[in-house]
Amino acid sequence: MLRTTTAVLAGRAARLATRLRGSGSALPGLVAERVDPRFLARTLAHLPHGIVVVSGTNGKTTTTKMLAALLRAHGLRVFSNPTGSNFTRGVISSMLREVPLSGRLSADVAVLELDEAHALRFAATVRPTHALLLNVARDQLDRFAEIDHTAALLARLAEQVTTGVVLNLDDPFVSRIGAEAGDGVEVRYFGVDASIADRLPELQEQDVRFAEAAPPVAPRATDGLLKPHDERSFEVRFGAEAEGGRVGPLELQQRGLAAMINATAAATTARMLLGDRFDAGCAAQALREVRPPFGRGEVVMVDGEPLELVLVKNPAGFTVALGTYGSTPVATMIAVNDNYADGRDVSWLYDVSFESLRERGVALTSGVRAYDIALRLQYDDVPVGAVEPDLARALARFLEEHPAEPRRVFCTYTAMMSLRRDLAARYDLPGIGEEAS
Amino acid sequence: MTQTELASQTAAALPDDAGRSKGTIHVVHLYPREMSIYGDLGNTRCLTARIRRHGYTPVLHQHHPGAPFPEVAHLLVGGGGQDSGQARVEDDLALVADRLRSLAADGVPMLMICGMYQLFGNAFITVAGQRLPGLGILDVTTQGNAKRMVGPVVLRTDVGEVVGYENHSGSTTLGAGQSPFGTVLSGIGNNGTDGTEGARSGNVIGSYLHGPVLPANPALADSLIGIAAEQATGRPFEPEPQDDAFADEARTRQVRRLVR
Repeated sequence: MLRTTTAVLAGRAARLATRLRGSGSALPGLVAERVDPRFLARTLAHLPHGIVVVSGTNGKTTTTKMLAALLRAHGLRVFSNPTGSNFTRGVISSMLREVPLSGRLSADVAVLELDEAHALRFAATVRPTHALLLNVARDQLDRFAEIDHTAALLARLAEQVTTGVVLNLDDPFVSRIGAEAGDGVEVRYFGVDASIADRLPELQEQDVRFAEAAPPVAPRATDGLLKPHDERSFEVRFGAEAEGGRVGPLELQQRGLAAMINATAAATTARMLLGDRFDAGCAAQALREVRPPFGRGEVVMVDGEPLELVLVKNPAGFTVALGTYGSTPVATMIAVNDNYADGRDVSWLYDVSFESLRERGVALTSGVRAYDIALRLQYDDVPVGAVEPDLARALARFLEEHPAEPRRVFCTYTAMMSLRRDLAARYDLPGIGEEAS
Repeated sequence: MTQTELASQTAAALPDDAGRSKGTIHVVHLYPREMSIYGDLGNTRCLTARIRRHGYTPVLHQHHPGAPFPEVAHLLVGGGGQDSGQARVEDDLALVADRLRSLAADGVPMLMICGMYQLFGNAFITVAGQRLPGLGILDVTTQGNAKRMVGPVVLRTDVGEVVGYENHSGSTTLGAGQSPFGTVLSGIGNNGTDGTEGARSGNVIGSYLHGPVLPANPALADSLIGIAAEQATGRPFEPEPQDDAFADEARTRQVRRLVR
């Protein structure tokens, strides 16, 4: 106990120090972990509704936020790691804000966003009761090496789960994991209704591991399926004929097919966790109210006109983002850095088609790899107005040259953080890493 | 849209070009589905676009396992894959091996990246010691490693400085008379000990460089296209001036960051 108390105090001190220095959110967690290596397990133990890990390549932050909102709407106290700091130490860092010195967390359930590698490391310390596994796509291959390897990490994570897993029915890398869940672990699926199955290729990787396609899974009444009504409105049907009920119709604040699929995944998982307590009306209302996490289609008003920040980090994500926003062309800037958190290899830009930007062009490219993205755009015949590697100068110029119209910036992770800091300083926006709730 | 569809769109030959075209160049992309990760598709995109900009007509053939090999081939490209992808193409590679060897002997330019570079070598020896034979077009042998070699690379080559990004677990050794593709100025290269990167025999180049390597290094792209154009038309390459300002700036900035 003393050790845990010391860990909390040391971690809090580090948290204060990093906030004063304005740097990353994982250091306080590192400090607490050093002082008490079992800190995480001790603190999360005995949560009555369990520990849910959300993992996969794309949509973790959005889905985690939606799932937490769904559970809160049903009256649960939810501990989550909302800063997008999705490594174990990031989880501990967020925890330090909420735990008393005893180290016992006063929550009913933990919903944690963890990337594939860190989810496994986390599970080695604390076995999750539930896991929601979203998808496997190429993302930062310099970190995970191979898609197949990433899929294997998720399968091993599923083996660690004690109670239930929710899997993506349409992603063969994930749906195949169903066969590997442990004895007594319930498996549920989320996916899309047959009516929009033709849109899946834009979201998915080719699975060439097996000569034969994954055996189809017939959805049951506990499996959630996305049924869109139009570009914005959709419902989640449980079972192919909605025999298990439905959530919606509803519209999310965040646009796009990917967000709708995330909502379907979150609703399916919430229903599993809540059982009979799950209320479809309450769930629909909770999803309607979820605000996009920062950088995921977040809109900031600058001088009376919207500026949209869209985080892009891999081919599937960028392609979905272009598909989501391409139908309403606006002034566009693209900022690409190649730090560790961005993915140091920018090759993936060649697996994205930028043709939807051709008509309007891209006003400005920026970031450390500003010329590489300009070159990429040139190969898709997308006109590039100017190249300005310096992010602050690029943002100032972009806003100055496009004052009276909607504007959109596609940016990699560290480029987004830098642009946000800049915007926060100049336009009184919420601070970095804090939720704009 | 799948990568494959993207590639075929990019490469569609414009019929109205045919009259004014300096000639038709057939490009074969080996195994775009199984062996095109890390944006290697960008090499194909770059080649077909530049062939067109130089006034020739590109025709892109996507060669998939089990399909007949294209009758005419002036330029071959292959990329990196995952272990599962390599396993999927091995049978087909054995079927087309003789054709690939004779094209290489005829001087057809080829650019093989990462996994396909390894498969063009003599053999790949797995961590467990199993010897998987390659095509033997390049005199190199690759030893599987537990540790990956990952990071940005700058090379000195016959076509000047070349930038890219390596990400491989195989450690490759050149045979006694085998020339490398380049000398490492920054990064790891074939094995991290002898300062070599890739291999070059005649007009066949093997390399670990993703990036993808061609767009940011247009001199390399044009050297391949030049040879292909001569073979396709029987006349010397007639290049057109290109606007490579973005490519040159992207490359020199990487060189400055990593070497100087």
